[in-house]
Amino acid sequence: MSADPTPKKTPLYDVHAALGANLVDFAGHLMPLRYASETAEHKAVRTGAGLFDLSHMGEIFLTGPQAAAALDHALVGNITPMAVGKARYTMICAPDGGVLDDLIVYRLAAETYLVVANASNVAVVRDALVERAKDFETEVDDRSDAYALIALQGPDAQDILLRFTEAPLPELKYYAILSGTVAGVDALIARTGYTGEDGFELFVAAADAVKLWNVLAGVEGVVPSGLSARDTLRLEAGMPLYGNELTAETTPFEAGLGRVVKFEKSGDFVGRDALAARAEAAAGRRLVGLVARGRRAPRKGYAVVGPDGTPCGVVTSGAPSPTLGKPIAMAYLDASVPEDTSELAVDVRGRHEPVDVVALPFYKRS
Amino acid sequence: MSVPEQLRYSEEHEWVAGLDNEDRIVTVGITQHAADALGEIVFLELQPGEGDTVEAGEACGEVESTKSVSDLYSPVSGEITAINAAVIDEPKVINDDPYGEGWIFKVRITDEPGDLLDAAAYDKLTEES
Repeated sequence: MSADPTPKKTPLYDVHAALGANLVDFAGHLMPLRYASETAEHKAVRTGAGLFDLSHMGEIFLTGPQAAAALDHALVGNITPMAVGKARYTMICAPDGGVLDDLIVYRLAAETYLVVANASNVAVVRDALVERAKDFETEVDDRSDAYALIALQGPDAQDILLRFTEAPLPELKYYAILSGTVAGVDALIARTGYTGEDGFELFVAAADAVKLWNVLAGVEGVVPSGLSARDTLRLEAGMPLYGNELTAETTPFEAGLGRVVKFEKSGDFVGRDALAARAEAAAGRRLVGLVARGRRAPRKGYAVVGPDGTPCGVVTSGAPSPTLGKPIAMAYLDASVPEDTSELAVDVRGRHEPVDVVALPFYKRS
Repeated sequence: MSVPEQLRYSEEHEWVAGLDNEDRIVTVGITQHAADALGEIVFLELQPGEGDTVEAGEACGEVESTKSVSDLYSPVSGEITAINAAVIDEPKVINDDPYGEGWIFKVRITDEPGDLLDAAAYDKLTEES
């Protein structure tokens, strides 16, 4: 981890400042929390289009004849069978099975892979990849500072983007990527996101970020959106956030994401034995969705309590849901809590506010 | 950000209006700076009701926004004479008009108010934060 106390500015910092964004230090980067109303930003993504600066995310490239083999060894996913132009959601785990980060891996060319890491974990992921890839014929190159990442998310995203690119977006499937030109800027265009809506993530050279942002932000109906809206969007979509649902103390199984661990792949991978053992024992705690009956939002760290007031879980994320109009949360429940329980509450600063357990996600686009 | 000249401020980002009123009833709310920092306010609760007493500097309620929960402090000591039902009902009014329609409660002050800040001092406090 960097000990540098001065947060970095993304290539779009001046644009955010000019828009009057509330800028906060997030994982060592000054990022827009919101521009005006985070609820309006959230709703724009659900109904039209929102524009996000995600340049704090890490872009790490692996290149070489054994890049795929190195990733198969370093990550829990099965990378070798991926076709060029495809993306995969996966994780990098510690030898004890704990999650170091959740990642998206894109296969850009036969021997070129892009690993996108969370801002808070870029150094951890890069260092682990360098170490784990050292016996393979591949280069690991952290190019996070050279790239800006701009996301256009929402049901109108494709129509808007098509005004500025000749890339065949209608043929680009979810979790796929192609290279093209958007508004005259060379971009890697990925149909991925973290909002529960259709949308695109555009990887561009840092120097081109302002030009691309201004073109997209200039489209009527496109709403610049901050991290606050991004958090409620991903929460409604039931997507985990590293540091909340996923930590180095959590396995993918507890988070309900055991499907990303590909034991069937050939060869050893870091964490395999520990994960196999912990998969067996995963009848421990489980991640669930909660909907509050009242108006108080369960928050990260609040205890979930049973009928007699005994703690039986912990909230990992929670917020008022703009789409549902009531507070929602994700929480880990102890194994002892019955599946059909209807007697849970969350300790909101000393008061037990009743909640209902629901299946994730809270919101699924139609 | 400039703050209204005629108000007085607490370090916990409440404002007080009407300290010179003959009936000793003052109006209390939270500042624009606080409202902006909290984000959109979705829930507001005052623990004491009308007729109850509050002590300066003591927590007397909670403000919950999309992102966080904060305690609300009374900047003065006295008896609560009114609570703004409109902001309890729709707390977002505080974001829209923190110094006007977004007032939160009124207090008949009993003790002389302590170290409240004038507008210039409050401006300085928020610039440093």
